[in-house]
Amino acid sequence: MAAREIKSILATDCGSTTTKSILIEWRDGRFRLIRRGEAPTTVEAPAEDVTKGVLNAVGEIEDLEGRQFLNDAKDGVLVSEDGSRGVDVYCSTSSAGGGLQMTVAGVVKSMTGESAQRAALGAGAIVMDVVASNDGRLPHEKVADIRRLRPDMILLSGGIDGGTMDHVVELAEIIRAADPKPRFGVGYKLPVIYAGNKDARKAVAEQLGETVELKIVDNLRPVLERENLSPARDTIHELFMEHVMAQAPGYAKLMEWTGLYENGKWRNVPIMPTPGAVGKLIETVAKQLGIHVMGVDIGGATTDVFSVFDSEGQPVFNRTVSANLGMSYSVSNVLASAGIDNVMRWVPFHMDEADLRNRIRNKMIRPTTIPQELEELIIEQAIAREALRLALVQHRELAVGLKGVAQERTIGDAFDQSSSGATLVDMMALDLLIGSGGVLSHAPRRCQTAHMLIDSFLPEGVTMLAVDSIFMMPHLGVLSEVHPQAATEVFDNDCLIKLGHCVAPAGPVKRGGSLAEVRMTMPDGSVKTESIDYGVMKHVPLGAGEKVKAEIVPAKGLDVGEGLGKVWTGTLEGGVVGLVLDGRGRRPFNLPEDDVKRVEKLQEWSAALNTYPERFLSLGGDR
Amino acid sequence: MAFAYTPGLRVAAVADILKTRRLPLKGQVLVKKGDIVSADTVVARTELPGNVKMLNIANILGVPSQDIHELLHVKEGDPIEEKGVLAQSKGLFGRFFRNTVRSPITGFFETFNEITGQAVLREPPIPVQIDAYVNGVVAEILPEEGVVISTHCTFVQGIFGIGGEVRGELKTIVESPDQEVMPDRITPECAGKILVGGSYISNATLRKAIAQGVKAVVVGGFDDKDLKELLGYDLGVAITGHEKKGITLILTEGFGRMTMAHGTFDLLKSREGMTASVNGATQIRAGVMRPEVVIPLPASEANLADQGHQAGAMDLGSFIRCIRAPYFGRLGKVTALPPELKVVDSEAKVRVLEVEFEEGGRAIVPRANVELIEK
Repeated sequence: MAAREIKSILATDCGSTTTKSILIEWRDGRFRLIRRGEAPTTVEAPAEDVTKGVLNAVGEIEDLEGRQFLNDAKDGVLVSEDGSRGVDVYCSTSSAGGGLQMTVAGVVKSMTGESAQRAALGAGAIVMDVVASNDGRLPHEKVADIRRLRPDMILLSGGIDGGTMDHVVELAEIIRAADPKPRFGVGYKLPVIYAGNKDARKAVAEQLGETVELKIVDNLRPVLERENLSPARDTIHELFMEHVMAQAPGYAKLMEWTGLYENGKWRNVPIMPTPGAVGKLIETVAKQLGIHVMGVDIGGATTDVFSVFDSEGQPVFNRTVSANLGMSYSVSNVLASAGIDNVMRWVPFHMDEADLRNRIRNKMIRPTTIPQELEELIIEQAIAREALRLALVQHRELAVGLKGVAQERTIGDAFDQSSSGATLVDMMALDLLIGSGGVLSHAPRRCQTAHMLIDSFLPEGVTMLAVDSIFMMPHLGVLSEVHPQAATEVFDNDCLIKLGHCVAPAGPVKRGGSLAEVRMTMPDGSVKTESIDYGVMKHVPLGAGEKVKAEIVPAKGLDVGEGLGKVWTGTLEGGVVGLVLDGRGRRPFNLPEDDVKRVEKLQEWSAALNTYPERFLSLGGDR
Repeated sequence: MAFAYTPGLRVAAVADILKTRRLPLKGQVLVKKGDIVSADTVVARTELPGNVKMLNIANILGVPSQDIHELLHVKEGDPIEEKGVLAQSKGLFGRFFRNTVRSPITGFFETFNEITGQAVLREPPIPVQIDAYVNGVVAEILPEEGVVISTHCTFVQGIFGIGGEVRGELKTIVESPDQEVMPDRITPECAGKILVGGSYISNATLRKAIAQGVKAVVVGGFDDKDLKELLGYDLGVAITGHEKKGITLILTEGFGRMTMAHGTFDLLKSREGMTASVNGATQIRAGVMRPEVVIPLPASEANLADQGHQAGAMDLGSFIRCIRAPYFGRLGKVTALPPELKVVDSEAKVRVLEVEFEEGGRAIVPRANVELIEK
């Protein structure tokens, strides 16, 4: 079947808790999302077969749509050759069973170690450990750590081509001494990818010998000034399919189901790791629109952050995963990492610390429960803010320019403190911030999503906020491999919901007074002027698709995107929330330290954005 | 969404349970299928590779790596003794100023690398053995890996625990499931026992139990701030079982003050004085391992049917327990399963059910916030 003849597509994402299915069809001249279904993931006992959850999730679409999408025996997805029954394409992503867990190794931690980490993260892996010659551990400690962590795969890099071989061979020695065993399957060898100094290939192969399944690819840092991550990333994908997925319960079967008929012949479509698929979609969006994009996907166990920012004039894609920041399984780790005070600072009413701790812990032990009461919802959204904030901190640390590169400096640069290794994340340059994952996608009010994104990411200047409507970016990411047009159309029409622009002046502010003035020519031709006042959040109604010409005049010493004190001129766009004018300050952003004042301010901001129903003001105890 | 509920924790008066006892690496299985084993029978053993020590001989001797081979006094695979000579430089005229490299460990000379000049020395293997954990019968042999033990028992799963496998006699120390375990209940007679409490235990009382030599405590709830105090750190990811606190703690309900489910309490109380195997290991992500109390039953109860199997699909009349505020812990019967989504207090639009509580009254609850129980 040629791409233009494809009319019906089924995609699933097998998450760690839930398997989500979507049906996309060609209707009225474009591809649209038609149905969505879900069922618990069944990779664990008692089912121990991921396809059971897939059948249940697809079965739900069958029930809702009243058509057949499973084969007659109900033991597989029905993909037909001529489009007469079932669907034309079936594809899937997966993060079930803990996703892809890797250990990476490089000679210098901040150089090849970091490049290897970026290659693994970009391929959708969770990096459990970065082993480096200079990581401060003794060799036997490294050996013990590799053995204990039992990764699915190891990526070994180190040395530029033609450089010294000693250290990378030493790392190979450590891997051999650890004799690592894979997490799944007793009977197969652990895949190790070597992407280091090409001159050391033979020595590394001799060292690792038959103990592992060795795959040699091009050096991921052939010279200090350049990364070459694609060969390593592609091989990680390939080995993920061949080794890791094939060992996980039921995946061998699922891998046979995903595909389509092309010219009468079956073509298999590989299963992608979920974060790899989301990253691919975000990269595509940034490329197509020529903008700086950040995406965040907050799940039950992990939080992924994706970004496309410029480095030396070229767009650079980065992905990080915070393996233990999430809203259910990992919710207690958010508390442990952020500290109770940081979580409590977002709760807009007074509550007892012990009570808050117990509530968070009870969510961890019963991860699939949902907040029935408003109070519980507000607490979950407070935790989400901290999980998102911490994930961004980690992303900033890894999304950096290449370290170790010699730079020529002019006298002008002497005043510019940026150096090799500086973060690429520039919140002022950010054009679009996309939120995804249960707590953001399924928030009862969209303004709650906007409020959480603003509080945790603190966008600066003018930034469009958006949300993945029903969490289908993974599906569209894998679909973009098979049918880019369908993926793009559904992304624009059904997936991405624009919440509206957020305007936030940045820079040192004095208490009181106006931070900026926004002059807007409204759709009816009238001119509206809004002041962004210190410590105040404002909501300006502006619906989805509505745009206004605007001029933003920042106060002296503040920046809204054009530089300190310079006027910004452009178009502001609304969304399902509208415009948000945030005068709480950036660099620094501070909440009042006094508890009573803090609660007052949180309540004031929530009321301004209509974040919660008014009765939230009566929640919590008195102080 | 027929599946959108949490399967209940298992609480079975009589059940046949299989326990897989697997070695961390391949090894030797010491029992055969059909053997009757007790909890402390060693069923399999293996040897873990010893720790490694890396020694850069070339650096120590100050000799290029490729020239080291002829200076080595040992070959790859040779056993080595602590302080034994591994290599020696030629020195002056082959006699004076000779540098010597001595082994820091007893074990084996594993490898030497001519590029790096590094030797890998390995300590002797570490023996590991696993026991049967419960009284029962060897149901299956996993060749070179371990065994599966079948036991006829009373089986109770908790929701969260800390501490590893222990065994002891069951002793109930409260009168009712809503009663807190007070310090005066921890007496010298509790030493070596597995104590069954009610709704709550404080850290101070738990510490007293540790001091008295109590093996384990099974209780409804415990405060998270006390857990932090007990462990000495804030527990991040919910993977437990390895804590060495001198006690195994199993919570049947959760964090805070929570009345133990009546069914669980009555069942454990009815097994007073019997020997139980208890494990606090909990792993909520990937694997979903819950803490457990296994009480092997005497042969006289061998032909009773399994009374507490895993719950099936939810239907009208199904018995459920609420597992989240505001109805946490309340029991009832499903009286309606509306197919359409309903808006709850948090304004979330979710699939719900209507429940009629045992003590009277009805409520609408998200389906995700209940667990099925068998009656």
